[in-house]
Amino acid sequence: MTRPQRTRIRTIPLLVGVAVLAAVAACAPGPAPRASNTASLGPVSRNVGSGKITLTVWDQNTDKGIDEAQQQLNAAFHRKHPNVTIKRVSRSFTDLKTTLKLALSGDNPPDVVQANQGYPDMGAFVKAGLLRPMNDYADLYGWRDYYPSSLLKLNSFSRDGKTWQGGDLYGVSQTGELVGLYYNKSVLAEAGIRTPPKTVAELTADLKKVKATGKVPLGYGDVDKYPGIHLYGFVLSALAGRAKVNDLVKSSSGAWTDASEVDAAKTIQRWQRAGYLTPGANGISIDDAVASFGQGKSGFLVTGTWYEATLHDKNVGFTALTPPGAANQVTMGGEGLSWSITSKTRHANAAAAYIDFIAGRSSTATLIKNGNLPVVVPDSDTPPAGVAADITREYRTISRANGITPYLDYTTPTFYDTLTAAAQDLVAGRLTPAAFCQKLQADYAAFGTSNR
Amino acid sequence: MTVSRTRRPAPVPTGAGRRAGRRTRGRRRSRVAYLYILPAFAVFAVFLGYPFLQTIQYSFYDWDGLSAATWAGVANYAAVVTDPTLRAAFGHALVLMVFYAALPIAIALLLTTLISRAHRLRAMSVYRTVLFVPQVIASVVVATIWVSIYSPDGLLNEGLRLIGLGSLARVWLADYSLALVAVGFVGTWLNVGLCLVLFLSGVGNIPPVLYEAARIDGAGPVREFFAITLPSLRGQVAVALTLTVTSALKTFDLVYVTTSGGPGNSTTVPGFEAYHRAFGTGQVGSAAAVAIALTVVIMIVTALIHRLNPKEVG
Repeated sequence: MTRPQRTRIRTIPLLVGVAVLAAVAACAPGPAPRASNTASLGPVSRNVGSGKITLTVWDQNTDKGIDEAQQQLNAAFHRKHPNVTIKRVSRSFTDLKTTLKLALSGDNPPDVVQANQGYPDMGAFVKAGLLRPMNDYADLYGWRDYYPSSLLKLNSFSRDGKTWQGGDLYGVSQTGELVGLYYNKSVLAEAGIRTPPKTVAELTADLKKVKATGKVPLGYGDVDKYPGIHLYGFVLSALAGRAKVNDLVKSSSGAWTDASEVDAAKTIQRWQRAGYLTPGANGISIDDAVASFGQGKSGFLVTGTWYEATLHDKNVGFTALTPPGAANQVTMGGEGLSWSITSKTRHANAAAAYIDFIAGRSSTATLIKNGNLPVVVPDSDTPPAGVAADITREYRTISRANGITPYLDYTTPTFYDTLTAAAQDLVAGRLTPAAFCQKLQADYAAFGTSNR
Repeated sequence: MTVSRTRRPAPVPTGAGRRAGRRTRGRRRSRVAYLYILPAFAVFAVFLGYPFLQTIQYSFYDWDGLSAATWAGVANYAAVVTDPTLRAAFGHALVLMVFYAALPIAIALLLTTLISRAHRLRAMSVYRTVLFVPQVIASVVVATIWVSIYSPDGLLNEGLRLIGLGSLARVWLADYSLALVAVGFVGTWLNVGLCLVLFLSGVGNIPPVLYEAARIDGAGPVREFFAITLPSLRGQVAVALTLTVTSALKTFDLVYVTTSGGPGNSTTVPGFEAYHRAFGTGQVGSAAAVAIALTVVIMIVTALIHRLNPKEVG
């Protein structure tokens, strides 16, 4: 029985030491003092000078089409300004999301970064004073005339980072995107559907018709968890309309337990119960769901315009739904990540010139040529009939009619987690629509308390 | 419980002079000893000690990782106990211990007795290597392989259909009650090889005379196992337990790749929660508290297992 003694004699002083050190460490001030958000910004100029400048740029343009466009744009910018060298660091969206925070909080951050909109990323960066407000450059480069105001709003915050869509612009976006309804024309013809649905009610009726043919009515795969945001956001936007959803996400009014929010959840659960969604969707990847839709195994698919290249097929169409009583289509989407300037950069003028070059008017031709949807689609762009033409048409109409609702995960820093987990529970029938909405509301209410 | 006993002075030789002389010599010797451990300690302090203390500090703050932190007291630790998601994460880690530790050790012991009876097996090292292979493959690769095995038209479901059990086929990683078991089973598959290699080397050290004696006394294979093999392998079992239990508690990669904690939150584990809160949702304080709580749990469990180790006897 003397055996344990030796270990104890050694561990007790060790634990005491750790506890003492911990107490000392805990007396230290907060890990990061608040950076000054109100520092005055110097005069701005279109002139990038002639001295040698290296701009470090972090982007997330890793997919084939956009990666090629980015390379061409960077090369063209270097030809225009030979004294500016672009040092490009390209990471996938998820990798960028996890590493950008660390990079920005260091002493030597990149000059230009792509920041995700909403409270979790851009809001946190603005709050910590890591991004440079760009109102002055917006005036200099005429961005307010070029970009639709609703899209600039998405890239804006109050200077304290607490109010999204506030007064200060923190970046502009390069590409546009929409979550919409892809449909397979031959599957629809087989089910006797002549025109694609225009409302949620029509879609539900069409799903029933496709079910009768034995095909999967609505392809869905949610093992990656984020497609849950797209499905719920798509249905919610098409039921509640733009104003309601936008106010809710930017925390200005409304509750997640309101009638239209519960209705959207009910709709999805009803589709699941009726066997309209891919069976076992929670264990199927979105890539698999897209591939099987592409092979004609399902009639409809709700996902983003970024699958345009994958679903490039004359049999595939793309549309969005109109909320009851509304004049125009409304769906979730908006724009790619914002191109922003960090507050510690020493080359703000060159950074702004770069952003204007790769995301502004001069970038559209290169973007379109490589199969991307520029954030502002020029009237001259008329792709041949097919899914690309559908997407360009829908995006142009919906963005001009101001029918785009923001991604729901912008709502709070933890909303991505809350919504994705709850969406899986909803589809699995483990949460009632009311309980699902209460979960979202609890997260929303907690953030409302802490952010104010 | 028995802390008082640890304070009992060690028996010392009588005679004040002898005692004093011994003490100074001992002290000088121990000072030199500190110099020897200094390099190792410096590495530990810089790469483990300091970050550990920093993590403890973070755990008492409410911090998004970027802007100013606010003092949170023990709220983050309270949340580890009260937040149902975090409580569930620790519960899942306990369930995984069965699959990562208990099952592999039981299976490996069984295999050890079988294999060790095949005296002087040819190409033994080849089998040993093959069984150890899962440990060598990068865990992301292992996880990806199992995602495809568990997929709707994967190996497992196709196998079930082939033998007429198609009704059991399901999307394993999407099943709320089975996803955790599915992830745990990957851990079993991973750890059996490790345990087996440990046990086989242990069995090699048991004097064959013991088995001969047992057989002469009329012991069957079962009796032989419990009377000779198992007691002799106590050290190896303790090592295997430490390694596998720790791997169960700190598991992250398998969950990250296979399910991201889903469906719902049914497969989250503390390691995943710590990562996700720190880098995903900007809750650095909470992430640090989870990490510290996990460290404490691992220390306690390892200390308990340490008691099994026969080297400590005496």
